[in-house]
Amino acid sequence: MSSALVMVDRSVRLSRRNLDALLTALMLPIMLMLLFVYLFGGAIETGTKYVTYVVPGVIMLCAAFGASTTAVSVSQDVTGGIVDRFRSMDVGGVAFLTGHVVASVIRNVASTLLVLGIALIIGFRPTAGPLEWLAAAGALLLFVFAISWLSAAVGLLVRSAEAAGGFTFFVMFLPYPSSAFVPIDTMPGWIHGFAEHQPATPIIETLRGLMLGTDLGTAPWLALAWSGGILLVSVAAAGALFRRRTAA
Amino acid sequence: MCSYNVPAVEVTALQKSYGAKRVLTGVDLRVAPGTLFALLGPNGAGKTTMVRILATLTEPGGGRATVAGFDVVRERHRVRRAISLTGQYAAVDELQTGAENLRMMARLTGLSRPDARRRAAELLERFDLVDAGDRRAGTYSGGMRRRLDLAASLVGQPSVIFLDEPTTGLDVRSRQAMWDVVSDLVRGGVTVFLTTQYLEEADQLADRIAVLDHGRLVADGTAARLKEQVGGRRLDLTLADPAAYDAAAARLGDRVLLRDPARRTLGVATDGSAAHVRALLDEIDPGRRAVDRFALHAATMDDVFLALTGTPAREKETADV
Repeated sequence: MSSALVMVDRSVRLSRRNLDALLTALMLPIMLMLLFVYLFGGAIETGTKYVTYVVPGVIMLCAAFGASTTAVSVSQDVTGGIVDRFRSMDVGGVAFLTGHVVASVIRNVASTLLVLGIALIIGFRPTAGPLEWLAAAGALLLFVFAISWLSAAVGLLVRSAEAAGGFTFFVMFLPYPSSAFVPIDTMPGWIHGFAEHQPATPIIETLRGLMLGTDLGTAPWLALAWSGGILLVSVAAAGALFRRRTAA
Repeated sequence: MCSYNVPAVEVTALQKSYGAKRVLTGVDLRVAPGTLFALLGPNGAGKTTMVRILATLTEPGGGRATVAGFDVVRERHRVRRAISLTGQYAAVDELQTGAENLRMMARLTGLSRPDARRRAAELLERFDLVDAGDRRAGTYSGGMRRRLDLAASLVGQPSVIFLDEPTTGLDVRSRQAMWDVVSDLVRGGVTVFLTTQYLEEADQLADRIAVLDHGRLVADGTAARLKEQVGGRRLDLTLADPAAYDAAAARLGDRVLLRDPARRTLGVATDGSAAHVRALLDEIDPGRRAVDRFALHAATMDDVFLALTGTPAREKETADV
C-alpha cells in the first residue's frame, strides 16, 4: 500500500513536469470546444444553443483523451529500465500501475474543471442540482478510471511510446461518430448502429441528462455497464500483460 | 546481512531457454560474500539473463539459484530485500531531480519521509552529486547518470549488488570513477556481482572472474589463474613472408591468440619454458626459414578470452594488443 502511494506521488510529479503532454491534454479539448462553438456551431441544428449541446461531449472527449495519455507514460516506463528496478525492490505491477492510473484521474479532474470553467464563461448554462452534479461527477470519474486502466494495458501491450501515442489518437477520434458534436440522426444511416452503441454515446447522454435535464432513458445504465466492463477487462488484462512483459 | 559461511550467490545446473534458443545451458558457480565477482563474456553470451535470474526478475528454466542464502524462486521476496540491481539502462526518472529520485527509492524501501531525505543527502554526498542534486536527472552527463543510478540502488543497503555492464558507453574518466566507487563498495563489505565485456575491467576489479560463452562457463578463477590456464605467456612469431604467415596460421588453427597480417605476426599461448617454445618453433617452422623473429609477452586478459571463447572480446581491443 505505501509503495502504491509513493508511485502515485511519482506519477503526479512526472505529469506536472511533462509540460508538453500536460498542455496538449488541456489545450486540445478547449480548442476543440471553441472551434465547434464559434466556427461550426452556427451551422449545426440541435434544437438548443450549440454551446449547451456540445459541452458534455467536449468534457467526455477531454477525459478520454487525457486518460489515454497514460498509455504513453506506461510504455515509456516499461521500455526503459525503471520497472526492473522497481521489481527488484519488490514493488510490483499493482503499485506501479496504480500510480499511473491515480495520477491520470487527478490530471483529468483538473482538466475537466478547467474545461467546465471556460464553458461557463462562453455561455454554458447547466440546470443540474447538487445531486445531479454528484452523479455526473461519479459517472465521469468511473469512465476516466476505466479508460486509464485500458490505456495502462495498451501501454504494456505496445512496443514503443510512439505506438502508444497512436492509441491516444484513436481515443480522440472515437467521440466523432457519437452524439458528441452533432445529433446522431443527422448522420448517414449506416453509421447509426455504431454511433448509438459505442461507449461514448451513453456517457455523453448521461452527462447531458444530468447537467441539462434532457431525457436520460437507459443511458446511465449503459454508461455504467460500459465503464464497469472496460474497467474489469482492463485491470485483468493489465495484470496479465505486466507479468508477460516483465518476466522475460 | 547474511552470515559469512553462506555463499552470496550459489548457482547449480542453471538453465534458461527462450523458445528454441538455449541461453544458459547448465551453469554452476559460487560467489563468496564480501568479494567482487566478474562475469565476463561476449555479447549474447547470456550474462544479462544470468543477472536477471539472480535478481528474481526472470524465472530459471531449470536448476537452482540462491542469493544471500535465499532461493530466487521460492524466497524471491527475501532475496529482493537483500539485493540491488543496476541494469544496462539507467533506471532513474529524467523528469525528477537527483535528490527526488533518491528520496523516492528510499521511501520504496520503507523509510519515512525524514529518513528518506537524510539517506538521499548521504548518497548525493558519497557519489559526488551534491551540486547536481536539485537538477533534473535528464540534464546529467552519462557518468553522472550512472552514479545516480548506482546510488539509487544502494538506498536499501543491500548485501549483494548486481551491476549489469556498469561502464558500457562511459568515457575513460567516468569509467575510472565508477571503478573507484565499486571498489569502495567491496571494501565496505558487500558482495558485488558484475557483468562486463571489458577484460580490463574484470582484470582490475574482480577477485574472481568467470567467462561465460554460449550459455556455459568456460573458465572460472582469479585473473592470474586464468592467464596461467592458457599458458601464462604469449609467444609472438614474426613470419618471413605472407606465404609463411598463411601456412603457419593454417597449421595453428584456433590456437592463434593474435593475428596481425600487416606485420606478419601470430601470437600463440605458451608456458614460456624453453622446451615448449622450441617445440612450438619446430612444429610451425620445421624448415627453420619461416620464422624471422619471436618475442615472449605476459598473456593479457584478451588472450585468455580469445583462447577460451574463440572470439575476440571486442575487435578494437584485440587489434591493438
